[in-house]
Amino acid sequence: MCLPTCPTYDATRRERNSPRGRISLMRSIADGELEMGEEFAAEMSYCLGCLACQSACPAGVDYARLFETARADIEQQGIRDTPSRIFWRTLVLRVLFMRPRLLRWMGRALHLYQKTGLDRLVRRLGLTRLLPADLRRLEPQTPRIESKFSSDLIAAAEEPATHARCRVALLTGCIQDLAFSSINRDTADVLLANGCSVHTQEWQPCCGSLHAHNGELGMAASLARRMIDLIPPGDYDAIITNAGGCGSHLRHYSTLLAGDHRYADRAKEWDRKVKDIHEWLVDIHPRIPTASPFETETSVTYHDSCHLAHGQKVVSQPRAILKLIPGLRYIELPEASWCCGSAGVYSITQPEQSARLQERKIGHIAGTGALIVATSNPGCHLHIVSGLRAAGINVAVEQPVTLLARAYRREKKPSGSIESTYPS
Amino acid sequence: MPLKESIFSELRACLGGEHVLTKPEDTLPYGFDGTAALKQSPGAVVFPADTLQVAECVRIATRHGVPVVSRGSGTGLSGGSVPVTECLVLCLIRMDQVLQVDPANLTLRVQPGVTTLKVDETAALHGLFYPPDPGSMKISTIGGNVAENSGGLRGLKYGVTRDYVMGLEVVLPDGSIARLGNACVKDVAGYSLKDVFIGSEGTLGVITEILLKLLPRPRARKTMLAVFDRMEDAAETVSAIIAEKIIPCTLEFLDQMTVRCVEDFARIGLPVDCGALLLMETDGHPVVVEEEAVRMGDIASRHGAREIRTAADAAEAQQLATARRSAFSALARMRPTTILEDVTVPRSSLAEMVGYIAGIAAKHRLMVGTFGHMGDGNLHPTFLTDERDAEEMERVHQALDEIVEKTLALGGTITGEHGVGLAKKPWLRRQMGDASYELMKTFKRALDPAGIMNPGKIFD
Repeated sequence: MCLPTCPTYDATRRERNSPRGRISLMRSIADGELEMGEEFAAEMSYCLGCLACQSACPAGVDYARLFETARADIEQQGIRDTPSRIFWRTLVLRVLFMRPRLLRWMGRALHLYQKTGLDRLVRRLGLTRLLPADLRRLEPQTPRIESKFSSDLIAAAEEPATHARCRVALLTGCIQDLAFSSINRDTADVLLANGCSVHTQEWQPCCGSLHAHNGELGMAASLARRMIDLIPPGDYDAIITNAGGCGSHLRHYSTLLAGDHRYADRAKEWDRKVKDIHEWLVDIHPRIPTASPFETETSVTYHDSCHLAHGQKVVSQPRAILKLIPGLRYIELPEASWCCGSAGVYSITQPEQSARLQERKIGHIAGTGALIVATSNPGCHLHIVSGLRAAGINVAVEQPVTLLARAYRREKKPSGSIESTYPS
Repeated sequence: MPLKESIFSELRACLGGEHVLTKPEDTLPYGFDGTAALKQSPGAVVFPADTLQVAECVRIATRHGVPVVSRGSGTGLSGGSVPVTECLVLCLIRMDQVLQVDPANLTLRVQPGVTTLKVDETAALHGLFYPPDPGSMKISTIGGNVAENSGGLRGLKYGVTRDYVMGLEVVLPDGSIARLGNACVKDVAGYSLKDVFIGSEGTLGVITEILLKLLPRPRARKTMLAVFDRMEDAAETVSAIIAEKIIPCTLEFLDQMTVRCVEDFARIGLPVDCGALLLMETDGHPVVVEEEAVRMGDIASRHGAREIRTAADAAEAQQLATARRSAFSALARMRPTTILEDVTVPRSSLAEMVGYIAGIAAKHRLMVGTFGHMGDGNLHPTFLTDERDAEEMERVHQALDEIVEKTLALGGTITGEHGVGLAKKPWLRRQMGDASYELMKTFKRALDPAGIMNPGKIFD
């Protein structure tokens, strides 16, 4: 059942490049028939981790967990270690993404670098050659860093205009915070417009998804504990996430902390309360906007982020939200839940396969004739933007909450409306 | 003994290096098919692109005395494509071309690596219909279907793969290429050799091309779900429908455990508190479909169905069929090891057989979920167990043996659609009787004297 859903099996039609094949390799290692080596590590790196197989599996095999464990074992045994890989992994996973202040400082520096045009100069002078090969490939895809981050745009506590019907915590994410802080503002606005009291911690650590997906389960667990301490789940009706990849990891803290008796119970409560923004809106019955975000009727299609669709099973809700928006004509995207090739750091580690999937996705988007493609994960967002740009296709990428927030903002202040602090 | 480097280089010369896999990380994943607990690593896996390459691979293997196991997507459920030690696995998925659609003769000529779904989709483009629809049709290949003579959900009205194969091209163990059968509806020239190859499970040669018979696509279809409190009532309903001379295309049975597991996966609102479900579908002329649907609903109600649901549209019908197709895998949620039976009995004995299986499960304290193509008598009692528990496995084997005994006593067969492979071998002689069993082996010896084609399958 899983084979036809696997993008890498689809590309090569080799059994080892399929979920079934990978599990058989894991099992062969566990049974002592096969040694864990470079070939196995390469295979696990080739897997996108898109979890389409998990959605397709009637037997309910938890591929995500097997995959994370396999990657962790590979890291533990140091199979792929080279000095440069260790350096960059340490810098990214152990230093940057463990320290929110440092990450944001780096974001500010990067913003300045981009704003002053220094990046274009560096590129013109060919100085990018100084970077290691992996980062050189990544360089053109570096997101534009926003001038203001989430904490500049969202107050620690914001109350809706009408009586608050629930209290939620908003997770701001890492890449989302640096490159898409406006989407966090949009999320807060949409929550306010739907009667939620919104609480946003200023300094939020990384949720640990980056670490878990890259075989650093120990660090992922310590980040999970920090998150639970910072945002005690008992204090909120829901903990809102708006990035597919983060959400998929965030709602599995109980597995990560199962052996930690001090945190196990709270982690279970945490998992129950973590909600994707679209899922939460549908749960609380969203208010239909009375205005349209567009001047004229606009066609919009939707790309499922893998971790939102397969990891979190949030499929119908984003579509339902889009269909609520006046003046929006919804067009279903063929192969909407087929991976776009972004898949975390996949576009760096597996550029060829990533590009093939990107091309396929862009082809489908162009085929719909839609003017906007909505998606709900920063990785997909960036990857699709860069693919559309490369193909010279004029389609905007937006998040569903952004479109909804714009619609609310254009309303003529009916009761329950909000005064946005965000300049639209 | 591991395969020699010399055979690898001959294969590489023939196919190109990238289509010959020899590293353990590449070959180990070809060590099994869809059958639980059967696994054996091959020596090499090759991907021929056409009949001539298949023939050359077979010649190379014969020359080196290396067994050949052909396979498609590895979805078989009797171990038919599980390799033997140090064999050459001939994976035919690169041969995935539709060679010819002939609407004038209602035929389709395809290579073996085409998926069953694609066969039907291609037929549909011309308003035609390929009825056999095994549970795994999205990924299973038509070559594998022919080799195993697969069935499906529509077997009741439309039969199995055999009923749609008009001709075959096969590569024999000496590397020669034979064409069997043809596009004539009537053809009585000599032995029906194609029929010997259908269901031969790769033991006689390699199927490299298939000429399929198609039907006009039914103009209407109606899908219903009948909900029962008692399993026996569902079985009685099936017998009554057949007895009232209605041949629907599908009459699928799911017991309570299967319903729960399927709902857990599909989440389409199946009534998990019921005793059993019948998925009933009728197709054909719109007027007949309407009438049959009403009559089947009445019969089900008379036999104690507490509710009859009718699918509102094609999408809902599709959803129900998909849910049913997931039954086997969904049952695997319960325990680590899933052992699927494939017993088939004459339809008048269905209620008796269903009751018997439930009794056996209770007697041996085993967890058994039963589902199946009730309309054609094909049941899949599925044992949910743990292969690491030797004592429980002993009880499983005892129970399986008793179920097979009962099946044979009722005039049934040990396999309705999965083939004998490795899983059903112990019982074949008991069903066939000595004379026909030996006759099968005579065919095998005559066609494959060196015994290199998928050795050890069907019989030793």
